[in-house]
Amino acid sequence: MTTTVSPPPQRVPGRPRRRKRTTDRGFNRAFRWIAVGAGVLILAVLAAVAVFLLQQAWPALTAGSDELAASVPRYPEDTSLLEYVGPLVFGTLLAAALALAIATPVAMGIALFISHYAPRRLSQLLGYLVDLLAAVPSVIYGLWGIYVLGPAALPVWEWLSSWFGWFPLFAGPVSPTSRVLATVAVVLAVMILPIITAVAREVFLQTPKLHEEAALALGATRWEMVRTAVLPFGRSGVISAAMLGLGRALGETMAVLMILSPGFLYSFKILDSAQQQTIAAYIALDFPEASGLAVNTLIATGLVLFVITLAVNMAARAIVARRKDFSGAN
Amino acid sequence: MAQRIDVKDLNIYYGDFLAVQDVSMTIDPKSVTAFIGPSGCGKSTFLRTLNRMHEVIPGARVEGTVEMEGVDLYGDDIDPVAVRRNVGMVFQRPNPFPTMSIRDNVLAGVRLNNRRISKADAEELVEGSLRGANLWNEVKDRLDRPGSGLSGGQQQRLCIARAIAVKPQVLLMDEPCSALDPISTLAIEDLIGELKQDYTIVIVTHNMQQAARVSDRTAFFNIAGTGKPGRLIEMNETSTIFSTPSEQATEDYVSGRFG
Repeated sequence: MTTTVSPPPQRVPGRPRRRKRTTDRGFNRAFRWIAVGAGVLILAVLAAVAVFLLQQAWPALTAGSDELAASVPRYPEDTSLLEYVGPLVFGTLLAAALALAIATPVAMGIALFISHYAPRRLSQLLGYLVDLLAAVPSVIYGLWGIYVLGPAALPVWEWLSSWFGWFPLFAGPVSPTSRVLATVAVVLAVMILPIITAVAREVFLQTPKLHEEAALALGATRWEMVRTAVLPFGRSGVISAAMLGLGRALGETMAVLMILSPGFLYSFKILDSAQQQTIAAYIALDFPEASGLAVNTLIATGLVLFVITLAVNMAARAIVARRKDFSGAN
Repeated sequence: MAQRIDVKDLNIYYGDFLAVQDVSMTIDPKSVTAFIGPSGCGKSTFLRTLNRMHEVIPGARVEGTVEMEGVDLYGDDIDPVAVRRNVGMVFQRPNPFPTMSIRDNVLAGVRLNNRRISKADAEELVEGSLRGANLWNEVKDRLDRPGSGLSGGQQQRLCIARAIAVKPQVLLMDEPCSALDPISTLAIEDLIGELKQDYTIVIVTHNMQQAARVSDRTAFFNIAGTGKPGRLIEMNETSTIFSTPSEQATEDYVSGRFG
């Protein structure tokens, strides 16, 4: 910064200028290589992770079911690896989908309030608070889920079960420990709320003034303006925000591990304990005591999670790319 | 359908900043009134007070009255939403809703507030509005295509169709041709000539020839300097403003000596 205010030095015409240009070019080149390097590094890390997972999972992928049953604890007889991972994939997807179903509407509401309803000061404060949610470590969320949310939610789960027990998700019995997938889903929802809110807020704020005014000039109320101009404009942005949240919910380990009482079933009962388990929590739970082929099996389940998460993020990217045509920039 | 507007002693503020000072004028029904003047003189700001669109900007407020057929638009019991349904607006840049088809764009205003409309009525309204905006023949075969696929001039006429579909009393146009090529401009100007049979039209323009071509009466706004409020200098028959204005500033402006 100091160089910008220093007086121009007395110089021989030509020479210093030339030197300056070459250093400029040097910086330019260096910057370019740093940028390229950073880009390549990402690919390299991703490839390294993929190679590691494949390599370590390979023994489990190629082993027969007898072999797996012999060396992996709690591995049922006559089960292929795919059949074994199936319930875990199911549990992971169910927990993430429930969390998303809870978080997305709430996040959209908060984002709309911040972008279009709240007075400027309040909206800034709210923005900070929501971002702060993202800074809470997941261990804390786990503890909160066990000691605060679980007991508090128990009456709600009982109410849901007694009134909507005919709906598969809310079928009884209700576990009195409250360490069930429903509680996990609520905690996950709180954890993915900040990312969805932040992205949705940015998208809503980018709504062209022109379109908002077009709606208002037609005699739209604030909500009608949001409905005709803001939501259509932000739709694909919100979808990709939700996908980002889904990616986080899929991989979340600690909170699930601490709260959920796990089971290995294809079960929709989210109010009962010992029904489902997620991949990430399963790996964390069993890894300390695993050895040999059991480790390879755990890593194989990790590979499955990696593929699912990658697919979700690619879907989000595809949706964001498709959004270009509808951006209204033309 | 058209209504007369009386503005009395209107001051427009943004926060504490006085943007436009002491404007009084009468706008005749079924006529075209043009606002001309140099950039920043407050003519667009003033136009936006006629349908309370300036309130979109935080801190904006007015003193004085704007009466439409004797009803003060700024009365305590007047809802700005209702005002805007009565007073349509067309903007500087064409702004059809990009995610809507041409048909849905025309119906956008009608569908607000959950007003139900039968399919046949909707078709009739779409055709009527698009015909009213001289756009029907160009788009009748692609009503389901997005409105953003049209040319700039067609988009602007689509916006006019959208505005007249809600049957407003008054149509405000904020430099409707400034983003358009000469041929599209001509199409809009012809359209303005036809629309004034049904609507009271107020148009802001930077183009003095345009004001001379389309308007019946012209109001000249000016500003004494940056930071000073804009004022209405004079208003008269368009032919008078452009031939024998009573103020020196008006004559200087319309003869191209400044602005």
